[in-house]
Amino acid sequence: MQLTVAPIPFFWSKDTWSTFYEEIAETSVDRVVLGELVCSKRLPFFQDQIPGAIERLIAAGKDVALTSLALITLKRERKLTADLVEMGLEVEVNDLSVLPYLPKSTKFSVGPLVNVYNEGTLRWLASLGATRICLPPELPLASVEILAKEAASLDVTIEVWGHGRLPLAISGRCYHARLHGRTKDNCQFACEDDPDGLDVATLDGQPFLTMNGVQTLSDSYATTVHQIGQLRDAGVTALRLSPQSHGFANLCHQYRALVEGQCSGEAVLEAITGQTPEVRFSDGFLTGDRGVAMSTPAIAART
Amino acid sequence: MVMEIVCPAGTPAAFRAAVKAGAHTIYCGFADETNARNFPGLNFDRVEMRDSVAFAHQHGAKVLVAINTFPRAGDEAIWHRAVADAESCGADAVILADAGLLDYAARDHPNLRRHLSVQAAAANADMVNFYAETFGVKRVVLPRVLSVPEIAAINAETEVETEVFVFGGLCVMAEGRCSLSSYATGRSPNMNGVCSPASHVEYHDHNGVLDAQLGGYTIHRAQKGDAAPYPTLCKGCFTAGEKTDHLFEDPVSLNAEQLIPQLQKAGVTALKIEGRQRSRSYVTQVVRNFREAVDALEDGRPLPQGMLARLSEGQAMTTGAYKKTWR
Repeated sequence: MQLTVAPIPFFWSKDTWSTFYEEIAETSVDRVVLGELVCSKRLPFFQDQIPGAIERLIAAGKDVALTSLALITLKRERKLTADLVEMGLEVEVNDLSVLPYLPKSTKFSVGPLVNVYNEGTLRWLASLGATRICLPPELPLASVEILAKEAASLDVTIEVWGHGRLPLAISGRCYHARLHGRTKDNCQFACEDDPDGLDVATLDGQPFLTMNGVQTLSDSYATTVHQIGQLRDAGVTALRLSPQSHGFANLCHQYRALVEGQCSGEAVLEAITGQTPEVRFSDGFLTGDRGVAMSTPAIAART
Repeated sequence: MVMEIVCPAGTPAAFRAAVKAGAHTIYCGFADETNARNFPGLNFDRVEMRDSVAFAHQHGAKVLVAINTFPRAGDEAIWHRAVADAESCGADAVILADAGLLDYAARDHPNLRRHLSVQAAAANADMVNFYAETFGVKRVVLPRVLSVPEIAAINAETEVETEVFVFGGLCVMAEGRCSLSSYATGRSPNMNGVCSPASHVEYHDHNGVLDAQLGGYTIHRAQKGDAAPYPTLCKGCFTAGEKTDHLFEDPVSLNAEQLIPQLQKAGVTALKIEGRQRSRSYVTQVVRNFREAVDALEDGRPLPQGMLARLSEGQAMTTGAYKKTWR
């Protein structure tokens, strides 16, 4: 089972961004997808760090791809997409708008924000040159199994959302800006103070969602620690780990030990929780429950 | 050319009412998970669809069949059958969102006109043209994340017809790319054709204070006598930082009636009304009003003012993303 590091969904300072990839280069992950996924306004702040990070990661033996934006609407964003394709590195498509920019017969990968729900869509993407697809986190294991089987016949690698806050929605509106009484065009980068997003609670004070500019994430950290065996049996060959501001290198290390059978899922969760005791986990999307649900080890062992 | 009014119908009765009220086009769906308004008691079986299409055609109206959820892996045949049945019922077009389903329809039903659903969230001209070139899509329903100038810019770069929402419920997230509902309830627009389903709504009265919960999460609290809006997730009330408010969107509905002239100038072909779950009388009133507006525009008369405020059910109205400050 390969481990892929997802693009950083949050707005981190240039130094934090660079240090993060220096640390990733030292871990045992197989693949790193980097670049700006959520908001095109953030990119200029760290853009000049990208070539150095790519170089370092490749030198460390990592497979590297560049992500597209998740929602491309403005002329400037279309230009950025054209520039992205020109860079010559593998592109991870997270908005289908990238496809018209890819020269014919260019191989590409597909990220979790593209709707791949069925075999027809998977075959269509493969026919255009997709060699790797990270499935939408919303999919239950039953769908993952069918899609992984189809993918195997097309020589497409299937990855699933392995760990991290779930990307639940993307919008034209910036909620961080709205919270501060501003508009997106005059946001003054309200999201930069929240390196793991801003907690959104219900009226009962129950943690529920996470605000991240134009993106809405789950409060809970989705995890696949209880489904590694089932995913492997289904033919899934990669797990995606989504960056968080603390303890991410350790998280990568824990997942490596898990996929190599050196420890249990419970041990991984305990090791991660040790650093951030308030964290909540979920695996409901995968088990076909509501997304926020988390299976207990006993139940996970039976299913 | 007069702008086309595209009206929803959730039942054969609402369908006939919309046709009689002057809708140019009706959109509707089969009574199953293939359409994004998969509500109990709503939508059309095959016979009702065939009869309704015939009724529309007799009255000079067109019918679009929405097959706009994302087919479930292993069960694509259900969605393929819906496309085939829409064609044999005589539908003028199908409204599709999933790329795999578009690919199927383009190959197996090439003579059936294809529209791109708002659920596909084609938000720029590249995407619109790509769907047209790849799947022969003739019309795109634009996502509700675009301003009027952005819609004009898309139309300047494409020959594909565009349709935009002008009235009714409003998604604040890019459509077809939101799993808030399934995170809280296990049921989503993409997979089940429902959002914030009524089956997961509970109201609790605490000494006159009414809590509205979705999936056990309290997302609205109304004092006695205040309006208690339906707890749709993105319009719920939440706390972040120091603020407790409708952090994503207020419980508003879209009304872009006064923007119709600008939308026409922006090159929009058709105006879409949301609400297949709405009653016959609602549909009749909304269609009459919008038909009056586009006819007035066509004849060079001023638009009627404020005609639809009474239909908003006490909710505030917004022009949504059409005005850039919404963002």
